[in-house]
Amino acid sequence: MPETDVNVSAARSDSPDAAPQSRAAVAIKAVRKVFGLPPAQVTALSSVSFDIADNEFFTLLGPSGCGKTTLLRLIAGFEQPTDGEILLFGEHLEGLPPNKRPVNTVFQQYALFPHMSIRDNIGFGLKMLGVDKSEIAQRTKRMLELIQMESFGDRRPSQLSGGQQQRVALARALAPSPKVLLLDEPLSALDLKLRQAMRVELKQLQQETGITFVFVTHDQEEALTMSDRIAVMSAGELQQVGSAKDIYEAPRNRFVADFIGETNFLDVTVEEVSGSQALCRFGPARLTCSTAGPTTAGSAGHVSIRPERLSLTRPSNDDDLVGTLERLIYLGTDTQHLVRLDDGTEITVRAQNAHDSSLDIAVGEKAALKIDTGAARLLVD
Amino acid sequence: MAGGPAAGGGASSSTFAGIRHWLLLPSWLVIGFFLLLPVLLMLVYSFLTKDFRGGVIWEFSLAAYDQFIFDRGLFGDEPPTIEWIYIQIFWRSIWQALLATILCLVIGFPTAYFIATRPQNTRMLWLFLITVPYWVNLLIRTVSMKFLIRDNGPLNEWFLAAGLLDSPIRMINTDFAVQLGLFYSYLPFMVLPIYASVERYNFALSEAAADLYADRWTALRLVVIPAVSPGIIAGCILVFVPSLGAFLAPDLLGGAKNFMIGSLIEEQFKGNAGNWPFGAAASMILLTMVLIVLMIYARQQARGEREGR
Repeated sequence: MPETDVNVSAARSDSPDAAPQSRAAVAIKAVRKVFGLPPAQVTALSSVSFDIADNEFFTLLGPSGCGKTTLLRLIAGFEQPTDGEILLFGEHLEGLPPNKRPVNTVFQQYALFPHMSIRDNIGFGLKMLGVDKSEIAQRTKRMLELIQMESFGDRRPSQLSGGQQQRVALARALAPSPKVLLLDEPLSALDLKLRQAMRVELKQLQQETGITFVFVTHDQEEALTMSDRIAVMSAGELQQVGSAKDIYEAPRNRFVADFIGETNFLDVTVEEVSGSQALCRFGPARLTCSTAGPTTAGSAGHVSIRPERLSLTRPSNDDDLVGTLERLIYLGTDTQHLVRLDDGTEITVRAQNAHDSSLDIAVGEKAALKIDTGAARLLVD
Repeated sequence: MAGGPAAGGGASSSTFAGIRHWLLLPSWLVIGFFLLLPVLLMLVYSFLTKDFRGGVIWEFSLAAYDQFIFDRGLFGDEPPTIEWIYIQIFWRSIWQALLATILCLVIGFPTAYFIATRPQNTRMLWLFLITVPYWVNLLIRTVSMKFLIRDNGPLNEWFLAAGLLDSPIRMINTDFAVQLGLFYSYLPFMVLPIYASVERYNFALSEAAADLYADRWTALRLVVIPAVSPGIIAGCILVFVPSLGAFLAPDLLGGAKNFMIGSLIEEQFKGNAGNWPFGAAASMILLTMVLIVLMIYARQQARGEREGR
């Protein structure tokens, strides 16, 4: 694996949306995919475009049926796009069958060859590439070491646990040193403990090998912990591409804000717009929001505020955002406060128990919401 | 691995054991009456002396087996030499059955694969079409096949009319005709088990093979065929075994020249001219060969299971 250089990957999240054109490992250009024939057509992807940079850990995140697996299968060559094109390091993939593409896949259910030994499974790709036997033996051995399963070479897949099979699937896909590794929900069949351990291992492996990983998952925690960048997808459309931090702190629209983590939504009226800031009115209160896209004064909009970026105080001014504290939920590290605003909107406030000595507002009393600077985000709808 | 229902606790399993014999009784009756008894009867007959009008005389004799292997002249008083006729008939039968099996496999595998990869709702229609001819009696089907391939039958006439032939080709009473008959008789026995395995086959394995740079043929050879091999082996046995003992197709389509074991045995029990002990001995030899084939298969299955398939 040390063939590819490792240095490039470090400082990526600075300019997340501008992956340089020439170095794009995978370029998705206006790709559309429709399944079925006219009377019963299903659009799996509607004109999706983005670039995946070299050496990047890139995640396609979305609920089931959002088109993320379809996109992966298009890159692998198991499906052909209805419209648009996919480029791999600047080269068109159109018409190339899967066996002619320098990408390898880790399948969701591993798809290990049941009648072959672990060693033969891992060496399969190299054998197909015509690598000579001693070289295959050597590289297979190295892959077995990499996944810490040196003594398992002669076993069959059915004699391994799920976690071990998962590693073998990974080793098998990595053995031919693909330019891009595609991973289709590879952790979904593992139990929680193993899943968490594998996250760290996968990320480490990606950094060590320097291979571009395209990782498909519906698990936002997985996406946030491992990815350099995440593409959030829904209903066959790309919702947002950015680093984990971008997506969590500066969601573009309601779907992204809602799908990633917890959030509060306020229906506001935009009063003033200046640059990427907007002043919004909610009842008597005025909120300064960062904007996710172009907006005009006087229009209605949605504002997202994360629960941990809110705190509660006693109401003092007339233009405070005021509500009634309805319930406290103790969560160990945090306490969740449910506040009902005067217009009926329910707001969740999350406070860490370590800092918050003790809130002097009792349940049933009025409380004012204090919003951290830069925490309110005016969404595009 | 079948653990068996008797693996339960002490008291309940002992009461169950008592009842179990009675519950198994119907199976034992069926196996005993329809399987063991007739075979045993044949075994006994093969060691008896023949009666000249068919039937047997209850007197122990190895004459039937002796006749199968040795030639002792017309009156049985010459020094024994190896009798090749029956060995040749057996050899030809094995050869024909093997050929028919290969033919069924070559045609049946793609057919089964095709059907198993159709959308769920059309598979049943394809399977139905494959099995439709089997609602008609085998004898009638074989006779109609004979009619079809006669020298002046429809097949030759079509070829002549289409200008593909100048004069009719001889198909009836050839090995080709026997093959055609066997193929037509036993194709579904190849298609159905292979279909069942291909239907259960995880096509992600084919995708994985393609993803790892295998072209279609290599993927078929290295991944698909080994994965569905239980179905292929089952299909081969189901075609080979009845082909070996077939007598309708060889008799009606192959003519006198293409005699097979089935016909040989059939003849020994027909009318007054037969030799029952000899027929029984030939049956026993055939059965032994079939059992050997099945044992090889069972051993391979067991090995496959040990290797965790």
